[in-house]
Amino acid sequence: MKLKEKWLSLDGWIRRLPLLPALIFTIVVTQIPFVLSIYYSLTNWTIFPRNSDLVWFENYIDLLDDRFFKTAAWVSITMTVSAVLISVVVGTFFAILLNRKFFGQGLARTLIITPFLVMPVVAALIWKTQFLGFDFGLLNTILGTIGIDRIEFASRFPFWSVVVTLVWQWTPFMMLIILAGLQSQSSSILEAAKVDGASSRSTFLQITVPHLKPYFELGTLLGVIYLSQVFDHIEIITGGNESTKNAPYYIYQKAFIDNSYGSGSSYSVVVVIASIIIATFGIRLLSGLLADNEGA
Amino acid sequence: MLKRVKEYLLSGFTWLIALIFFFPVFWMFLNSFKTNAEASGDPKLFFSPTLEQFREVINPKFWATFSDSFIIVIISTFFVMLLAIPTAYALAIKPIKKWKDVLFFFISTKFLPPVAGIIPIYILADTFNLLNSRTVLVILYTAMNLPLAVWMLNSFFREVPKELIEAAKIDGASIWSQITSVIMPIVAPGLAATALLCFIFAWNEFFFALQLNLIDNQTVPVWVKQSISTRDQFIAELSAASTLATLPVIIAGWAAQKKMIRGLSMGAIK
Repeated sequence: MKLKEKWLSLDGWIRRLPLLPALIFTIVVTQIPFVLSIYYSLTNWTIFPRNSDLVWFENYIDLLDDRFFKTAAWVSITMTVSAVLISVVVGTFFAILLNRKFFGQGLARTLIITPFLVMPVVAALIWKTQFLGFDFGLLNTILGTIGIDRIEFASRFPFWSVVVTLVWQWTPFMMLIILAGLQSQSSSILEAAKVDGASSRSTFLQITVPHLKPYFELGTLLGVIYLSQVFDHIEIITGGNESTKNAPYYIYQKAFIDNSYGSGSSYSVVVVIASIIIATFGIRLLSGLLADNEGA
Repeated sequence: MLKRVKEYLLSGFTWLIALIFFFPVFWMFLNSFKTNAEASGDPKLFFSPTLEQFREVINPKFWATFSDSFIIVIISTFFVMLLAIPTAYALAIKPIKKWKDVLFFFISTKFLPPVAGIIPIYILADTFNLLNSRTVLVILYTAMNLPLAVWMLNSFFREVPKELIEAAKIDGASIWSQITSVIMPIVAPGLAATALLCFIFAWNEFFFALQLNLIDNQTVPVWVKQSISTRDQFIAELSAASTLATLPVIIAGWAAQKKMIRGLSMGAIK
């Protein structure tokens, strides 16, 4: 009996062996910086003046009073929610349109997914200069032609300038996920509903929407992960003015513009803790998706 | 009859939307063949194309940046696959007991914003003399893409029918030949799609590249950003630089679109 247990555990280690390199690498590269951040956050480390004394929780007390950080956190939330929500809604609409047989279906899908592949820096530059730009932007040229004054979009509507660019890039991604959901519907169930005389609207609401639920959840989850971390578009389009400065951008400025590593680290720690809370919900959602799949 | 008209209208509408969505990319492409004066003037669809901008942009700096980017991205993608394939094997083919927890640990690291780690990463890179080196970006891009690759490969490996592996085992195939002759042929397209997606994310990465490699061993996104000159008429030149920077990834993405989305969404859903 004892021998068997030992053998079992040996077998267990042999099974685990192939994933150990990746696991150790990930732990080292992602967790060590976090541990260091916690230490730095307890110091008043700045480059100019050069000091690095232990100040314990002083940074955290200052952080609680920092109304700019509260604004940045709020920008993070509103920007993520608007961009994800709009992309999912528009993406679903596109997916329904593309889920029909028509001439050049494949080519149309290929064209629509292209924005997702464009380098974020380039996407932001295209929108900033060639569409929203004051002097050369196409939108302003059109406004000019129809006799409306040109608008400096990036400074008058900075938040929406960034969100429009994000939505342009992420709608294709959401569309692809929802399209995968639509195409995985069994045609026999849809036929049966038709035979039973269900209208196409009630078929959509009662059969298609529930079927799409996991796809909505997955798309939303991936969207939240990526869009809450947006940096590139903000840096290019607005350079982080107040209405577009999200939490990541704020930390970046603390660390590298103000050169205060200690205080910057305390913000990092707070953001990581917030991320862990969001991740816990996200993982629970994913775990539900996996369980559903196994049950089916 | 009315139904057919409605069908045609819907198809036309879908095409219209596809063209509108694609238009910004098309416009950038078009502008890259104009002169700077033309690109900043009244918008024109027809003009006499010139390669002037590409001649301007493709200089020694361009070649250095593109080769650095390719080297960094290809080596990091290689390491990602090297680490992720055995991991996916241990999660999907011969699952360890708590395979879900391990999978979720990998995914959970994607929730951490890169910015939150930048201070210690910058200091560590400085300590080990890795600032402005290819090595530092290879390490970070490997870590950045590994969870995604594990997630995707796990779903592709789960598609391999267990009976096939059992049958090969009964035929006396060694583990190695089970992998090479049974598993690999089935997952190969998935491996390719995963590698392409890692390539895309690493190629497009801007934040770490900007903070750590601003001076030397620059990558393409940083180069594009710096190609914005302060001169007032620059749109054509910027478009040429942008076109060159995005083309490799757009072509790779078009080639892999179907597999990519299946790998991302499967595992959670079939």
